[in-house]
Amino acid sequence: MSRDKILNAAKQNKPALVSLPELPSFTYAANDLVAAFTAAITKAGGAVTLLKSQQELTQKIQAIYPDAQRIANFIAGDTASNKELLKEVALLDVVVLKGQLGVAENGAIWLTDKDCVERVLPFITQHLILLIEKETLVGNMHQAYGVMGRQNPAYGVFIAGPSKTADIEQSLVIGAHGPRSLQVFIVEN
Amino acid sequence: MNTPTIPHPEAAATFLKNKERVQWHDETLWFVRHKRDKIVQEIPEWEQLRELASQIKDHTLSRLDEYLQEFEAAAISNGVTVHWAADAAEHNRIVHGIMQKHGAQKIVKSKSMLTEECHLNEYLEAQGIEVVDTDLGERIVQLNKELPSHIVLPAIHIKKEEVGEIFHQHLGTPKGASDPLYLALAARAHLREKFLAADIAITGVNFAVAETGAIVVCTNEGNADLGAHLAKVHIACMGIEKLIPRTEHLSIFLRLLARNATGQNITAYSSHFRKPVPGSEMHIVIVDNGRTTQLGREAFRNSLKCIRCGACLNTCPVYRRSGGHSYHNATAGPIGAILAPNLDMRKNADLPFASTLCGSCTDVCPVKIDIHNQLYQWRQVLTQEGYMPAAKTASMKIMAGVLSSPARYSFAGKWARRFLRWFPSLALNKKLNPWARQRELPEPPKESFREWYKKNGNK
Ligand code: SF4
Repeated sequence: MSRDKILNAAKQNKPALVSLPELPSFTYAANDLVAAFTAAITKAGGAVTLLKSQQELTQKIQAIYPDAQRIANFIAGDTASNKELLKEVALLDVVVLKGQLGVAENGAIWLTDKDCVERVLPFITQHLILLIEKETLVGNMHQAYGVMGRQNPAYGVFIAGPSKTADIEQSLVIGAHGPRSLQVFIVEN
Repeated sequence: MNTPTIPHPEAAATFLKNKERVQWHDETLWFVRHKRDKIVQEIPEWEQLRELASQIKDHTLSRLDEYLQEFEAAAISNGVTVHWAADAAEHNRIVHGIMQKHGAQKIVKSKSMLTEECHLNEYLEAQGIEVVDTDLGERIVQLNKELPSHIVLPAIHIKKEEVGEIFHQHLGTPKGASDPLYLALAARAHLREKFLAADIAITGVNFAVAETGAIVVCTNEGNADLGAHLAKVHIACMGIEKLIPRTEHLSIFLRLLARNATGQNITAYSSHFRKPVPGSEMHIVIVDNGRTTQLGREAFRNSLKCIRCGACLNTCPVYRRSGGHSYHNATAGPIGAILAPNLDMRKNADLPFASTLCGSCTDVCPVKIDIHNQLYQWRQVLTQEGYMPAAKTASMKIMAGVLSSPARYSFAGKWARRFLRWFPSLALNKKLNPWARQRELPEPPKESFREWYKKNGNK
């Protein structure tokens, strides 16, 4: 059987044991996490807006996407109408989800399958809005995995910008297969 | 593949005929290298990260059999079906078998160098199944009946006007349209249809976490996710070397990968797949295909640490000027030249010679693979095993004969210098040394060191 063949060959051919290094706790130098996070998301083609409270959300969405017809807002919207919208998931204009944490160094936002509602939602929508709370910002990826700890979800994703490609002569095009824009709202509370 | 292999120098010579394209290819890749240099300077602990990544990979390789079993057990308990493939043929049969079981006709694939290595598309096409590559660069080369020329930037060798022509023929875009935004959006519309209709999605694997059984896939386009989440079956194909021990190690590798690959902070999506959605299936195919052999070759074992960032290609003066296809191997460039002879020494004996050994590849490697040393060592091994590229053998035999006798060496040196002064354009018989064909050689010295020493040595 190939399984045993591979495992035996790996066992026989592997080098003498090399020990696993301890990971140091890399601290993050910049003090202003919001500024660093905003710079990273902007560089990746997304946009950041600060909100005083979650109540402002609906109004802001309308201001940014006045023409959007099918908005599945899983933070402020009601579940029944959202369920109806998900029946034709490929036609969604805007999806609004809440992320668990944001990483200042690279603008990555962590969501698990539960946060995504349906795994495909943040990818199939034309425009994605992610809301995070200011206190959830961490400096770097080490801190992010530290906070997530042993969460170990069935599915999880770091999202750090809208979908993009540079496969045609290295020209950056926003909106490859997934969302054509990413709006991040940071709630100060 | 059955097409006869064109040796690297000849293939490179063909690429070099179009001077403008060579210049453009060179500059485009240098631009990527430059972006990488700029962004790594923003990370004060960059060197420490490289060292840790290298050590984590060394450790993992030293316990590879144990981590593979740990990974397998975790994946199975997550509800994932795990398959093992000793070689490319078995990998292809397994993937095909899953398709047959589901009667699948429509397959979408996101970029995976392993499936390229196994020639999965060709195999499935021969079985009457069409696979749609969904990474934009891969789709472009697929429509053009080519293979990727770069592991991260598959269509880096193609100009936008050519993409326009390819899309005009296959997607019906207007003739002459060459605006990247326009073309990318046309591809988006075309591929979204494919995603929505797919029965099975195939993805590669960037990292496989032993303790959790999760696989991590990094993309900018979101194609791996769209594929995997919409299809009822997700097949992930991974080489055994993709393992890392624990989730926390991802922090190191995710900080290194995109920065070193394209100069981005991180890819737009870093997706962690652990369990299938209830009602759907997830399969992982673990592939050896020569990797355990490489593990046993002490001199080349390090190459298994590669995380496929592509930086060694971007920085390589030979790759930038010869184009990825000249390497006649799924993985081009310096790392490809180390991996390829492991699979087939005869067919790939020319590749370790396609390097200036300048060491730039080693300098940029995020997992500290001693790439140029390995290329140098492959040259020794291939020579000993008698797999030298033909032209090299002839010139080396002459060299060996000359070097073995001091008198002959001195005589030959004198005449070589004269010969070169008289016929500089013939420098280093270009038939015997294919590399000399593209080179201007330095002015030969008027007298040899031996002659100079005779005159001046006792002063
Ligand atoms: S060998 Fe190193 S630089 Fe080259 S692709 Fe692999 S990880 Fe990147």
